[in-house]
Amino acid sequence: MTIPTSSIEQVIPGQGSMAQPEAGKPAKAKRQRFLFLSNRKAAAGLIILGIYIVLAIIGPWIAPFDPGARGEDLMQGPSSEHWMGTTHLGQDVYSQLLVGTRSVIFVGFLAGIVATLLSVIIGVTAGYVGGKTDEVLSALSNVFLVIPALPLIIIVTSIMENAGEWVVALVIGFTSWSWNARVLRAQTLSLRRRDYVEAARATGERSGRIITFELLPNLTAVIASGFVGTVIFAVLSEITLAFIGITSSNTWNWGTILFWAQGQQALARSAWWWFVPAGLAIAILGTALSLINFAIDEFVSPRLRSAGKTKIKTNSGRTVRMRIGFTPVLSNSPEPITHASPIPVVDHNGATPVVRKEHAS
Amino acid sequence: MRFFLQRVAFYLFTAWAAITLNFFIPRLIPGDPVQALITKYQGQLSTKAIESLYVLFGIDKNGNVWSEYVEYWKQLFAGDLGLSFAFFPTPVSEVLSDSILWTLMLVGVTTILSFVIGTGLGVLAGWRRGSWTDGLLPVTTFFSSVPYFWLGIIAIYLLTGPDSFFPSGGGAEVGLVPAFDMYFIPSAIQHSLLPALTILISSVSGWILSMRNMMVTVSSEDYITVAHAKGLPERRVALGYAARNALLPNVSGFALSLGFIVGGTFLVEIVFSYPGIGFQLFQALGANDYPLMQGIFLIITISVLVANLLADVVYLFLDPRTRKEG
Repeated sequence: MTIPTSSIEQVIPGQGSMAQPEAGKPAKAKRQRFLFLSNRKAAAGLIILGIYIVLAIIGPWIAPFDPGARGEDLMQGPSSEHWMGTTHLGQDVYSQLLVGTRSVIFVGFLAGIVATLLSVIIGVTAGYVGGKTDEVLSALSNVFLVIPALPLIIIVTSIMENAGEWVVALVIGFTSWSWNARVLRAQTLSLRRRDYVEAARATGERSGRIITFELLPNLTAVIASGFVGTVIFAVLSEITLAFIGITSSNTWNWGTILFWAQGQQALARSAWWWFVPAGLAIAILGTALSLINFAIDEFVSPRLRSAGKTKIKTNSGRTVRMRIGFTPVLSNSPEPITHASPIPVVDHNGATPVVRKEHAS
Repeated sequence: MRFFLQRVAFYLFTAWAAITLNFFIPRLIPGDPVQALITKYQGQLSTKAIESLYVLFGIDKNGNVWSEYVEYWKQLFAGDLGLSFAFFPTPVSEVLSDSILWTLMLVGVTTILSFVIGTGLGVLAGWRRGSWTDGLLPVTTFFSSVPYFWLGIIAIYLLTGPDSFFPSGGGAEVGLVPAFDMYFIPSAIQHSLLPALTILISSVSGWILSMRNMMVTVSSEDYITVAHAKGLPERRVALGYAARNALLPNVSGFALSLGFIVGGTFLVEIVFSYPGIGFQLFQALGANDYPLMQGIFLIITISVLVANLLADVVYLFLDPRTRKEG
């Protein structure tokens, strides 16, 4: 459906820019967590996601109406009673949205967990064990990668009549692990050649222990970014399935709202309030998850951060663009520009002189 | 050459896996779908068609799975995908050949356009970090988080109408016969503009992001510094040195994410009633048309495989290292 929002695979393996994994000392662990949160993108994304999760939990309780209950006001625009208007049956769109959040978050996270577990098992095994096992597992994940996932999901769920949330989540999870497995395999391949892993092996640690205590902690960022990516995909897939009307219509999710709106020609009847809230809810959730993924990318490879202002205006009115690996040259005067300060001539007669360094650039 | 042959072998393997999957999926259907369909079309089905259906769905209790599987392959090679129920009594292969061209034109062209535009903007965003291009990312991320179909619906709402230039759906003016003439082609293009734009807007951000990140990574490599130090013009360093190397992972990423994209674009076809494969899939779902669904899944998978093969050929031209071996 969407291209994976994380480019973590391209950034990390073998590109020479790999952030060196630090041997996590317990004392430092706390500080590192805050470091991640200090990234504004991460903070914004996590806060929005947090709000969604809270709504998913309490949504059905705080919804002012029963989402399926018919009311008196048909196709009414937003009002103080119905914040997001009503449907053709007088159902309250705001309540539907609130109640639907739980299903969306549930399917997204369950599918994400299933896919992440599968990808960790398959990817790390392939990367760590190598040889024939690697070839078989890589071929398997490549096959799953190339086969178009969404049509497969659509066909499988349509065959299972009235598929509920569990079925949808599991089908999505079982079909969307391959990208992460591939990334994890590449990353494991590069990690297992590191000295500390070799050392652990030389001291006779068992493979299971090496994988869980030496490899997995250093794969955390990759796993997390894969999880977030899968959640985005799962949410969009679930909504798509509901929108084309092949999943059970007993439970509310944002796709169900859109399904009814499309079926009732809501936009042709100018009932924008029926469409727009659900779409925006999806978009904001997706953006929040993408932000978290950007932040993970930047955390792993700090160079990817937005550079801020790189054009600098000097006192002499010239503009200079800062670039990685270069020291900007501010003037073309024949005199060499150096950082060396002139040797101060000390006046022994006066007080101790204070040498004031001029900044060269 | 060895690289190429390896890829071909892999794609053949994947095609085999997809076909086998396709063989087993209908066997998961609870109950007897064929019987249900036969009773629905009582008397309209020939004995041969019923037999072919039983092979497709595997309700044939007489044979074991293996002989069914062999029979299934025989049918495939004969081009027999069964009869479509949504468009009874047209064979599935005929339904598909009518719609595949629409999808190829719409999805194929827009996907390539989106890749080219996204990569171009990504080069710019990665090379000139800190300029206005940094603003591209959040905006395009937002658009790519919106489901394709929702964007399409909103586009229909805002941009189409009785006097609008954009038609709200369909592949071409009703009543025009598909042909390469001056009446059909302009109408087809006019009808495809809005769906194409929808796909473009929601898919471009992925390319921008991955290309930008690759550019940032590449532009701190030593050879870029050397190129600068040699005094090469900035444009040459950016395009000939940085972008060329950053492009490689993006091309292989393009091939791998085709499967994702194709799935998403189908929704656009559904919303715009565009007469392509996606819209057929939608109709097949509504009519429980399992033969058509199977056929569609098969044709999508094979198209994606072919597109992957093409991307590999492009990769072969871009990266001399893969050519060197043989």
